[in-house]
Order: sequence, then C-alpha cells, then structure tokens
Amino acid sequence: MKFALFHCCVNAMGLDQYFSSTSSVLKRLGIEALNLREFNCCGYPLRNFSFKAFVLASARNLAIAEKQSLDILTVCNCCYGNLKYISHILKEDTALGEEINATLAKEGLHCESEATTKHILEVLHDDIGITQLRARLKRTFRDLKIATHYGCHILRPSKITRFDNPFKPKKFDQLVALTGADPVSWLTKLECCGAPVAGVNDDLSMDLAAKKLMNAKKAGADYLCVSCPFCQMQFDRVQSAIIKHRGSDAPLPSLVYTQLLGLCLGLSPQDLGMETNILPIIGIQQFLGEKSGDGGHHCVTPG
Amino acid sequence: MFYSMSLYISLALFLLGLVWKISTWFRYRLGIEANQIPTSVRIIEAAGGVITTLFSIKILILLKVFVLEVILQARTFREDSYRWLMHICIYGGFMLLLVMHGLSRFTAEIIFADYYSTVNPFLFLRDLGAMGVIFGLLLALLRRFVHRRWRPRTNAMDLYAILILAAIMVSGILLEGVKIVSPAVFRNMAQDYLTRPDEEQIRSLTSYWVKELGAVSPGLQGPFDSKTIEEGRIIHEMNCMQCHSRPQWAVAGYAVSRLIAPLAEDVDEKGLPDILWHLHFLACFLGLAYLPFSKMLHVFTGPLVLMINTVMNHDSATPANLATRQMIELDACVHCGACSRRCSVAVAFGEIPNESILPSEKIPSLKALAAGKTLSPHELRTIQQGLFLCSNCNRCTLVCPVGIRLRDLWVSAREMVVVNSVPEPLLLSPFSLYRGLTYGFNGQIQYRKPLDFVRNAVTGGSSMDHALDSSSPLYFGPKKLLSNLSASIQAKTFSDCYVCMTCSNACPVVRNYRKPNEIVGLMPHQLIYAIGRRHWDLIFGSMMLWDCLGCYQCQEHCPQNVQVADILYQLKNIAILRMNDKSV
Repeated sequence: MKFALFHCCVNAMGLDQYFSSTSSVLKRLGIEALNLREFNCCGYPLRNFSFKAFVLASARNLAIAEKQSLDILTVCNCCYGNLKYISHILKEDTALGEEINATLAKEGLHCESEATTKHILEVLHDDIGITQLRARLKRTFRDLKIATHYGCHILRPSKITRFDNPFKPKKFDQLVALTGADPVSWLTKLECCGAPVAGVNDDLSMDLAAKKLMNAKKAGADYLCVSCPFCQMQFDRVQSAIIKHRGSDAPLPSLVYTQLLGLCLGLSPQDLGMETNILPIIGIQQFLGEKSGDGGHHCVTPG
Repeated sequence: MFYSMSLYISLALFLLGLVWKISTWFRYRLGIEANQIPTSVRIIEAAGGVITTLFSIKILILLKVFVLEVILQARTFREDSYRWLMHICIYGGFMLLLVMHGLSRFTAEIIFADYYSTVNPFLFLRDLGAMGVIFGLLLALLRRFVHRRWRPRTNAMDLYAILILAAIMVSGILLEGVKIVSPAVFRNMAQDYLTRPDEEQIRSLTSYWVKELGAVSPGLQGPFDSKTIEEGRIIHEMNCMQCHSRPQWAVAGYAVSRLIAPLAEDVDEKGLPDILWHLHFLACFLGLAYLPFSKMLHVFTGPLVLMINTVMNHDSATPANLATRQMIELDACVHCGACSRRCSVAVAFGEIPNESILPSEKIPSLKALAAGKTLSPHELRTIQQGLFLCSNCNRCTLVCPVGIRLRDLWVSAREMVVVNSVPEPLLLSPFSLYRGLTYGFNGQIQYRKPLDFVRNAVTGGSSMDHALDSSSPLYFGPKKLLSNLSASIQAKTFSDCYVCMTCSNACPVVRNYRKPNEIVGLMPHQLIYAIGRRHWDLIFGSMMLWDCLGCYQCQEHCPQNVQVADILYQLKNIAILRMNDKSV
C-alpha cells in the first residue's frame, strides 16, 4: 500500500504529535506514505474568501498526486472533505475543470480527478480491516472510556465523503473498540467541535466546545479521541482557554487516534509525541494492559 | 595614488554604511509591542545577550552552526541542491579570490615566502575562483530567467548583486588576458627584471615567450631558430621563472588572450591594460562601498541570523531582543524565493493577483513598515491581505536558508497593519485560528477590534432591527445577483427549498442561542428563502454567514437536497466582493 501523505497546515502549525504518531503507526503497519514536498494547503480557509482560489488549491494537490500515480492519504477531516469535494465538482463541471487546468498547466500539472483521497481512518478500517489490525496489537486498554468525536467533514456531506452512515456512524467507534477501549455513547457526538470559528467568533467557538465537553464528561468519558487536527486543537488548546477564561471542572483531555492505536501497537510515548499535548494524556497509559483474547470490550452501538 | 585614495574612500563609505545599518537594528521596529521599547533598552539587552552567550556553553553550538550552516550551507543543500551548487560556486570562488588575491598582502604574501601572484598554485587558483563565480552566476541567471517550472521573482537588488560580481570577475579575466598579450607590458617587465637588459637578450627572451608562453611581439614572429629559443629559455629560467608559472595555467585569462592576440597592438594603443585595471579595482571598491546598502550585506547578516536563531531561546528571550533580532532578519533576506516556492497558500496567487501573498514579496513592505515609512492606502491593503492570507504552517521558516523566523515576522506585522482603517475579511476565516491561539482567545480590545471592525464592514453595519420589525416594508433588490446564484456551482440548488426549517433546527449555531434572530440575523432557512425574494440587504446583513461553521448538518438533513452549507459559502464570497463594489 503506497500513498502520498497529506498533512494539514494545522499539523504543521502546532501538532507535532499528529505528525510523529502517524508516521510511527504507518511504519509499524507497513504502509508506505510519501511526503510530497510540493503539496500545498487544501484551500479550506480560502473557501470563505474566494471559491476559485479554493478549487485551485485542492486541484493542484490532486494534480500532484495524479502525476505520481498515487492516492492521497490524509489525517485531517477538513482536508479530506475538501479534496473529495473538489475532486467531485471538477469531474462534474467541465468548464471549471478547463479553467483550473489552464492555470495548472503553467506549472506542468493537470488534474483529471484520478487520484482518490482517503482518510487514515478509512485506510485502517476499510483497507486493512479490524481483524488484521487486531492481529498486530501488542497490548489493549482495559476499563478505558473514550468519547469518540467524528468531526464534521469526514461524515458530511455524505454524498461526497461516503465514509460512513452520517447519522449513525460506526467505523471510528469500531476502531476505538479494537484497542480495548469502550466508546461511550453521548448525545452531542456528531456535533461540530467549534474550531471553524476559533479566532473568528471565540464566544461561539467556546460555547460549542464546552457543550460537547460537558456532555462527554457526563457520559463518563476518560478521554476524547479525534481524527482531525482542527478538532484536536479545539479540544486541547481552546479547552485550555475555556478553563482559563471561563473556569471549569476537570479537563477532558483529547488525543488523536494514531496515538491511541499506537500505544496498543507497542509504540513508545515518545514516538507518539504524547508529551506535546497541552492537556496531558500521559495518564492514559495506566489503562494499558496485556493483550486480551477477544480484543477487549465489545463495541457499544452508538446512538 | 588614485588607487589608494579610492580604496580609502570606499572603505570609509563601507564602514559608515555598516554603522548606519547596525544602528537601524536598534532603532527600527516591527509590531505594536516593539514600538514601546526605547532604543537604549534594545542596545543594552542585546549587549547583555551577546555577552552571556559568548561566555556560555552555547559557544559550542555557535561553532557548530558556523561550520555546518555558514560554511557548508547545509540548510540550503537539504532544500534545493541546485541553489546550493550555484551559491557554493559563487561564494567559494569569491572567498578564494578575496582571501588569496584581493587581500594577498595580508594573507598569502605573509604565509607563503615565495608568493607571487603569477606563480602556481596562486595563478591557477585565481582563475579557478573566477570561473567558479562565473559558473555560479550563470546558474543564478538560469534560475531567475530561464527555468520553466519555478522562477523566483527578481528585483533590482538581485540584478545588482549578479552584475557587480560579474563586473569584477569579467574585468579581472579580461585584464589578465590583455596583460598576457600586451607587447608594452612584456617589454616593461623585461627591462625591469633582466640583469642585463640588452637588445640581444630581450630578443631571445621575447622569442621564447612568444613561442612557449603566449606573448605577442610585433615584428617578432615565428618560426624561431632553436638556438634563440634555447637562449631565451635560459634567460627565462634565471630571471623570470621564479615569479612566472606558465600563463596557460591562468586558464580563463589565457583563453581570452588567444582570442585577442591578433589585436595585441591595439590593446596597447587603446591603453587597455590600464583601463581594465581601473575597471577591475573600481568595480571591487564600488562593491565594497555599496555593500551595506545592497543584498551583499547578507554575507554578515546571514551568518548572524543563523547563529542567533540557533541559540536564542524564543520563549524566554526579552521583547527587546526579539525586536532587534527581527530587524537583523529583515536585512538577512536574500530574496532567494525558497519561502515562496514552499508556501502552502502561494497557490492562491494563481487566482488572487496580490504579490504579497508570496512570503518573499512581503519582506520589502515589512522593511518599509519597520523603518517607519508611510505606505500608500493601496500598499497597506496589499500587504494586509498578504499578511493574513497565510495558513501559519511555518514552512517558510523551515526552508529559509538563513533561518529567518518568517512566521514571527508576519505575526508582528499583522497587528500593526490591521489597525489601519481597512477591514480585513480574511480574519473571518479559519486563517484566524493561529491568531486566536497566539492571543489565547482572550477577548482583549487589541485582539477583538479588527474582528469587530470587519464584521461591521462586511454586514454593511446594518442592523437586523428593521427586518425583525414586521411593520416595516421589505426591500426587493436587483435580479442580477439572483441569476448569478442560480448559475453558480455552490448555490444553484437554492430554488428547491420548500422552507421546512429542518436546516435551521439542525444548525448548532442557531441552537446555541435562545433568540437566534437577534444574534445571527437570518437563520439558514430564512437566508435560502430570502434569496428567492431578493432581500439582499437582509442576507448580507446577517452575521449567520460568518458564524456558520460549515459543519454541513443543514445540508445533510435537508430532505430536498438543497446544498445549504454550500449556498452559505457562496453568499460569503459575494458579501466580500460587495464590500468593495456594491453593484455585485
């Protein structure tokens, strides 16, 4: 399995741990993911400003992957949703495609939407599969309650992403359950974390994050698990701001899925960048036990 | 006499320029915080920083950086081996020439007892250095003007650097070539250095030189008889060989001399040796005098910045030292374009014609701002947009060959630029995430003001009161926008809406408020409805457009497959266009 690895600008901005944990996990699982230096921002923030600039940004990335005949593997929900959306509309609207390709041609690039975009959760769940992954685990968690946060753009708009059932998704929960953790059911699970308006409308952003955190804590979660750098920033840095400015009870730390899985694959906390989280997640290791026979708790059907 | 005078004048100009430049490192400032720090504090803190560093273990790190980054330029090599080769040739060749040729009086002449500029290895190395520089300059020209894929932007400073080096090298090689063939030069040398300069001796020597060593003598041409040549050889070995290796070793100069050999007499007639000598040293002195004001200052500022940024603890450094460092950084930029090549959002330049989107093109504006110059409204708008159209991924910093912390420069400049009265719509996008993180989402005036300003500007400052007042009439706007929306990829599905209100009920923003209309203006279902009825003032006056998360709950729940979230994106884009042009 070989991919062009697409990290997110937000990872580069301040989430070294998502970089390191992803590389470590991919290496352990024997997935080759090339860092293509030419990749640029997927264009997500540009969409608020200029539609064409947004399309051009993602089209360029698709063209770069296409040139190397590689599919894109991304670790960010927003990048995933955007790359898939652009890939879709360029196929549908030939006039737009021609315009974009005229600009790309100046660099010797061309986009035919041939490169597929995959999210790391998709590759882990669909391409490798739970059974195969289970065989690779060295340890599993015990008595650990995880609030699984899907994030928005991996599920919606479902006609574009086609990752999972948008109203009753299971895949991320199954991946979490695989590690032996118990994915709790919580009401606001599928809500947006509020990151898109962080820095724009902080009150709204913090309101939304706070609601989710309260609900997850009520459901008994020990940690949040996310699959997107924006969500991780929100639940790590913005939660810290919420605690600082609004006061709050105990924080609910968040970690990215590759960190959760990585621990069970036997990778070290250093490889997974665990010390770089603002709200500490080091404590999750106390839930690690020997690998249990059946792979841990059964997956609770999320509701 | 003229030589000494011009040397001293250019040296004086160079030193004065350097002093002035260094003073600007403590006087200029970028950023609101830096503005508050007096120059005296900047100088004192810098001195303190330098002393503590030099007398600490950090000096070992400085040495390592000096070898790896300054001499070997490892950063550049990792990023772009072509650019590394180009620079190593120029810099290596130039250093060789500067130390062993230009400053030979202080180096080679002292170290090597039998030094003469025309003896090997010095003779060959001089030409090697010049050829290295010229080769590097050719690579530079290719890179800047010919390469198809990525051509960095080139300005007057870049051209000057290439031209002054070319002038020095070319004049030097031409001078060499001219001196090799000049009959007058040869004659003078023979008369000065032969123990017994009688005509017979000179003729034999000249014959030997013409046959073997490339000299030209009018009236003395081959074929020569072997006795004359043998005599000449003996004279050469006794009087000349000590100082003269075969001129063929001056590869470049010798090649030139072959080209101009047929015109040797004209060379003397036109006084070329003297002219070229003057051109050569004047070019060198011009380069020296102008150095502090040109791109060549990077020979000092580049290493300085590389070393500072390796040992400076950016979290604990004082604001004064951070401010000073930024001024040195601005002078270390060599406009190589590596940052622009790797910039994550440079792709937007393909659609938005603002050069300041490119990191390398932001630097000149920042220099002007730091110097306290007043920018024109257009320049301000341009640099402001460029500063905020940035994903803050920090790739620019990682690839900069001199290690400038570019993102920190953008952050410092942003706040001082955005206080001017031009609203910045890019603030209302996820580009603001980093700004929020840097400020800690603290809601302070300084932080909120530009946000509130642009929110007001983009909504036309209209209040929702009149819309919520059911007694006041609604305004029906022009139809042009309606047809635009019907044709647009993002918005065309609006006409399928049957106002079931599911979208607004699914919206987490709407559900965050007890009285949503008061906070967000029109709710999603109302926005869609208002499109069909052309209530543009209500639509673009709604904060909902900018509070929208783009989470797609609305679109996912819509029973009619109306692409609600996409429509809101289209409305956002139009709102920004309308900020500058109401007729859109």
